[in-house]
Amino acid sequence: MNIIVCIKQVPDTAAIQLVRINPQTNTLVREGIPAIINPFDENAIEEGLRLREKYGGEVTVLSMGPPQVEKALKDAIAMGADKAVLLCDRAFAGADTLATSYTLACAIKKMGNYDLLLFGKQAIDGDTAQVGPGVAEHLGIPQVTFVRKIEIENQTIRAERTLEDSFELVEAKLPILVTVTKEMNTPRYPSLKGMMKAKAAQITVWGLQDIDADPNRVGLTGSTTQVIKIFTPEMRKKGEILRGEPDQMAEALVGKLRDSKVL
Amino acid sequence: MDYLLNETQKMVVDLTRKIAREKITPAVAAHYDETEEFPWDIMKILADAGLFGVYIPEQYGGLGGGIFELCLVTEELSRACGGISICYAATALGAYPILMSGSEEQKKKYMPDIAAGKKLAAFGLTEPNAGSDAGGIQTTARKEGDHYVINGTKQWITNGGEAEVYTIVAMTDRTKGARGATVFILDKGMPGFEFGKKEKKMGIRASATRELIFNDCKVSADRVLGKEGMGFIIAMRNFDGSRPGVGAQALGIAQGALDDAIAYARQRIQFGKPIISFQAIQHMLADMATQVEAARALIYATARMIDAGVKDIAKESCMSKLFPSDTAMKVTTDAVQIFGGYGYMREYPVEKRMRDAKITQIYEGTNQIQRNVIALQLIKQSAKGQKD
Repeated sequence: MNIIVCIKQVPDTAAIQLVRINPQTNTLVREGIPAIINPFDENAIEEGLRLREKYGGEVTVLSMGPPQVEKALKDAIAMGADKAVLLCDRAFAGADTLATSYTLACAIKKMGNYDLLLFGKQAIDGDTAQVGPGVAEHLGIPQVTFVRKIEIENQTIRAERTLEDSFELVEAKLPILVTVTKEMNTPRYPSLKGMMKAKAAQITVWGLQDIDADPNRVGLTGSTTQVIKIFTPEMRKKGEILRGEPDQMAEALVGKLRDSKVL
Repeated sequence: MDYLLNETQKMVVDLTRKIAREKITPAVAAHYDETEEFPWDIMKILADAGLFGVYIPEQYGGLGGGIFELCLVTEELSRACGGISICYAATALGAYPILMSGSEEQKKKYMPDIAAGKKLAAFGLTEPNAGSDAGGIQTTARKEGDHYVINGTKQWITNGGEAEVYTIVAMTDRTKGARGATVFILDKGMPGFEFGKKEKKMGIRASATRELIFNDCKVSADRVLGKEGMGFIIAMRNFDGSRPGVGAQALGIAQGALDDAIAYARQRIQFGKPIISFQAIQHMLADMATQVEAARALIYATARMIDAGVKDIAKESCMSKLFPSDTAMKVTTDAVQIFGGYGYMREYPVEKRMRDAKITQIYEGTNQIQRNVIALQLIKQSAKGQKD
């Protein structure tokens, strides 16, 4: 079974107090913030490794981003992934979920020969949950989202989808794209041998030309959405608690409502 | 202090620290302390991460490090829980004799599973009448044709009952005294080899401490480690190598108590101020930190010396257990003092660290025995005209 796990590098939530938004570009300031693999993507990696242990095959991790994303891919290799590909090109920068899913789909087409694509259910920074489904659409393959359990038999997958107050059992043919939830498994720690392997591993880096992508459909150019403004909502003012006897409080309340022209 | 660890050693520390922080939380440490259950779930995580193999050569499935790497892991685990850490480290005590004195066949048979953490190991020397005086061993191994028959009882064996592999010392020839002892490698489940009482302890309660009972236990001659009669030499060399590990356990316990004390002193308000603003507390913390760092420097230097292959290490090895364990007792006691009444309560983590610390002054040779050995080395070196 050949499995491709798509991962995203995100700011470490433990360092959330360091996270800032660049007011000009409306994007995250990533410099100086510790980066980690998106936690849901760790569940996806873990599931990929477990399926490989059961059915054989290979686990390839794929990501798009600046050169520092190599660290996330190496962490995935330390966990046990076989190889890693990084999509890194200035042309890819500023991509929204549509452009990102198109770019990833181009790379996956180029890799070919896959049975299962695994994604985390969403990234903890953007929280859109759109890139996984987008990739499935670009590739024209079925998708099952928010999955907490997978069984595979005779090229058929049975997946349990987590819904609000129930779960849904879905059956489908491979190849398929699955996005996974936290309940699916507990991601393993990297092993020392995996870490040694990761240190020496060469990450394959592909640019625009390597994946035969349409330059008009990647990066900022290929994005149909644009973030106009990012802001922190104003804190609601603290309420005031009136104290005293009921009639005193009522009087004070009426006075305040008059002052604020409500009455 | 920067100890100039190499890339691999940094990796070992980072990984162990991450696992210890996330999986051996104060609640987990308190759980095993309360229940005295064996922490198999943690052992499994350490095994999968490859940490059981840090001191084992690569050809036997290990990482290829030495005593130093073993100490680094033990220290980080002990910082979280001194009981869980010793379940890990005691395997090295049981396996090290095979690594040091085993035949190629014995190493190939046992070390890969131990390196992978598939099997834990234990070392069995102590008996009801043979502790500091190891010469009092009464367990016998009688030669009968091409095999031996072992009879006797070992006491207080760490990992007893949980480990799969046991290296035990038995007398093959009483008349020869110390030269009549032999080490055997035994497997759990062999006929005639059973487990007795599991001890209830003051501290390190996550670890299993149990009796090994040999009742006409028949073992083949290929289970002899090294040669017949080499038992004491193997045991003493084992302790020379393992004492820095006990030092590292003590060091981790002390560091954990110091971390706790600093954090608590910053948030505990008395007389309208955090108590860390009082010089009385500051000086205690400064002394604790200095002692912990001195202990660390001594352990690391000794471990590196052993790994470099220096022959005469008895004195430094004893020092690397003596000083850190006395330090751990003092630092954990002071941590309880800084916590005040809260420190005495089991709801807070420091009283456990104080209970865990005590054993490090006792096992692997009491600190009085360590002083005897150090003094003996001083006398010998002086007589030889060495300075050192």
